[in-house]
Amino acid sequence: MGAARLYVAVAAGGFRRYATYRAATAAGVFTNTVFGVILVHTYLALWDERPHLGGYDQAQAVTYVWLGQALLAGLAIQGGGFENELMERIRTGDVAIDLYRPADLQMWWLASDLGRSLFQLLGRGVVPFVVGALFFPVALPDDPLIWLAFGVAVVLGAVVSFGIRYLVALSAFWLLDGKGMLQLLMITGVFCSGMTLPLNVFPGVLGEVVRALPWSALLQLPADVLMGKADPLGAYVFAVAWAVVLLVGGRLLESAATRRVVVQGG
Amino acid sequence: MESSRPVGGLRAYGLIAGMWIRSSLAYRASFAMTVLGNLLLSGLDFVAILLMFSQVDALGGYRLPEVALLYGLSVTSFGLTDLMCNSLGQLGQRVRDGTLDTLLVRPAPVLAQAAADRFALRRVARLTQGMLVLGYALVAVDVDWTPLKVLLLPVMLVSGAAIFGAVFVAGAAFQILVQDAAEVQSAFTYGGTTLLQYPPTVFGKELVRGVTFVLPLAFVNWVPAAYVLGRPYPLGLPEWAAFAPPLVAVGCCALAGLAWRVGLRSYRSTGS
Amino acid sequence: MDTVFIELDGVEKVFDVRRRTGFLKRERRQVRAVDSLSFTVPRGEMVGYIGPNGAGKSTTIKMLTGILTPSGGRLRVAGIDPSRERTRLARRIGVVFGQRTTLWWDLPLIDSYKLMHRMYRIPDARYRENLDRCVELLELADLLEVPVRQLSLGQRMRGDIAAALLHDPEVLYLDEPTIGLDVISKAKVREFLRELNTERGTTVLLTTHDLQDIEQLCSRVMVIDHGRLMYDGPLAGLHEVGESERTLVVDLERELPPIDVAPARVVKVEGPRQWLAFPAHESAAALVARVAAEYPLVDLSVREPDIEAVIAKMYAGASGEAQRVVP
Repeated sequence: MGAARLYVAVAAGGFRRYATYRAATAAGVFTNTVFGVILVHTYLALWDERPHLGGYDQAQAVTYVWLGQALLAGLAIQGGGFENELMERIRTGDVAIDLYRPADLQMWWLASDLGRSLFQLLGRGVVPFVVGALFFPVALPDDPLIWLAFGVAVVLGAVVSFGIRYLVALSAFWLLDGKGMLQLLMITGVFCSGMTLPLNVFPGVLGEVVRALPWSALLQLPADVLMGKADPLGAYVFAVAWAVVLLVGGRLLESAATRRVVVQGG
Repeated sequence: MESSRPVGGLRAYGLIAGMWIRSSLAYRASFAMTVLGNLLLSGLDFVAILLMFSQVDALGGYRLPEVALLYGLSVTSFGLTDLMCNSLGQLGQRVRDGTLDTLLVRPAPVLAQAAADRFALRRVARLTQGMLVLGYALVAVDVDWTPLKVLLLPVMLVSGAAIFGAVFVAGAAFQILVQDAAEVQSAFTYGGTTLLQYPPTVFGKELVRGVTFVLPLAFVNWVPAAYVLGRPYPLGLPEWAAFAPPLVAVGCCALAGLAWRVGLRSYRSTGS
Repeated sequence: MDTVFIELDGVEKVFDVRRRTGFLKRERRQVRAVDSLSFTVPRGEMVGYIGPNGAGKSTTIKMLTGILTPSGGRLRVAGIDPSRERTRLARRIGVVFGQRTTLWWDLPLIDSYKLMHRMYRIPDARYRENLDRCVELLELADLLEVPVRQLSLGQRMRGDIAAALLHDPEVLYLDEPTIGLDVISKAKVREFLRELNTERGTTVLLTTHDLQDIEQLCSRVMVIDHGRLMYDGPLAGLHEVGESERTLVVDLERELPPIDVAPARVVKVEGPRQWLAFPAHESAAALVARVAAEYPLVDLSVREPDIEAVIAKMYAGASGEAQRVVP
């Protein structure tokens, strides 16, 4: 029970920390809105040419864009969460101190990152989404149960996103240029999550592959749950399976990395 | 003898950037891997455009080679600027932690020092990818090439890089005043290059007007490329507008230089 | 060599401070960080510049280096107005900020020096000579290939001091050069600065919290508080003005009644240990001799007054305009 309370406190700390960056939050809202406007126009042109592309009508395509902008920061689709800090701690060797904390390294960062997620979903996600819904045609459900199902999908997406970024962050134990790795994470995240183009528009085998990758649990699945295009249970099973695989993988990599720290003496 | 400020600035820039390059090359394997990875993956947003064109024949009336031309011009000129002064995007960080002071006590222009900071050669990946798409577009696009059109290409790239450079400098000046505004700057830099990858016909008139007359990004590629492609100009601009990019670039740089001076002066009179 | 090198005449610095008082409400007020500050420093002098946190020390140094532009008054360094000709002046001054490094964080120390060499256009022979000297005196030989971020605080400070001196600056500004350093590092830094000042004639202005820095290095000390110059003169004079006291801690063979030796007075007794306060300008040796002659002494130590205590006493002892003692 004590452990649970600890992690709740850590998560609350993560939330509060990001809540203090008011100007940065406002700046982020602005950026998300600008990108949303750009993307909406290209989608409108695309769906103009091909109505019902990927099974979406125009309003659903627009909704998808604004969902993407709403989830971008919260789910750290292109990075920008705890991983910067953890990589810096690995680089400076401060991570050795973390290893002696009476808390699990992975769970500690997961709690902290979920706190950040929650803040950024509220602080950075809501406003661009509302702006989008006010100025462009969107398709949103009335049924609160669907919104609830969407919320669960978003939480699972946050855990999957953490799992991916934890692996990337740990690479700093072996690689010298962490910045390059983060850049790769960003480009891959944007493409494979469907930020530039919905994954169900991807043709053929490529489509099959990207839809099977963990990134599809970040945006595509929550969006499809919200717009009634996917069965929530199937989406949950997919996300949970990837979360388990990634978190276990993270633990294995973590123990390999810590052995390395112990051998090298930090 | 003291050299003039621009020469001194370039010299300092070269010294600092050179040092970062040498240090990144010290770890050759790591460097090669990141460049290769970036080169492969930075093409993914063009893949997204290819995927769109696997579903449609034209976007906003532009066909794939034409969109590729816009994309290539936008990404190449932006890539050049991003390579040269990416770190200006994070100047607010330096103001916050006080390390801008250390640049101010050195005998070189602060702007040059700030721009060269953390120079990363791996950013050539984005530039290279832009040039590859541009190369494809030039081969695939159906254009009656005249000497004037050929000449316009390098002019566009240089002017475009300068216009983006002005945005970076003005943004850095703004970050001296508002330290947490790095994201606002991204909206104009990364947002700008994304916007220009698509035809102007896709966007609303107000938006096009804004990026033509307020923040003249349209002169990076939309307007001159319309001349090259023989398409109607956005907003019915006059024909000579296609040759305006160098003038627009000079104007933007002058304004950005002014903004930088104001920003730096306000830092030096208020501290932080 | 009494030519004026640094010259301040009625220099002021006013900041607009905006403070968040509610969700959207902001309060604006003006803070006078430096208030009609006037002093001169001749070439080759080594001056301590002290005062409590937020007194205006760093603001003064930032104005002297041209980082900040004064709001009023006249300021000249080597005849140059720093804020107007900052880059020209930069070649002639060296700056060390104790809290943050001017070195390139991720690169080996030597890379920063090579860059300084080129950026300041230091002649090759001169650079090599200065570098060798700094490497020897500051014991940097084993650190040159180490990335700056891996250096300890003391090592980094020594690295920073060397970086500030490669171009033979005529004046060196040091902002808290010994803060956070261990005893050995402090000693090394002080020794080096002393030599720099006597052998090269470099003018040095250092801000510090550590009175020992001043005691061991500076013939002259300036005290600033609330942006105003409160004292300017020799350190001994400061002790007089501030009525500061040192403390002699003696361990006697057994518990005894309080020791009675002028001019000291006992401030605390704890078993066989007694604390004796005495005026800072009095000789500790004479006092120790007297105590040893009359009492069974086992061990002793002398504690220096700290800067805050001296300044606090200075205020308590003076009143009104008389606070500003500028001999």
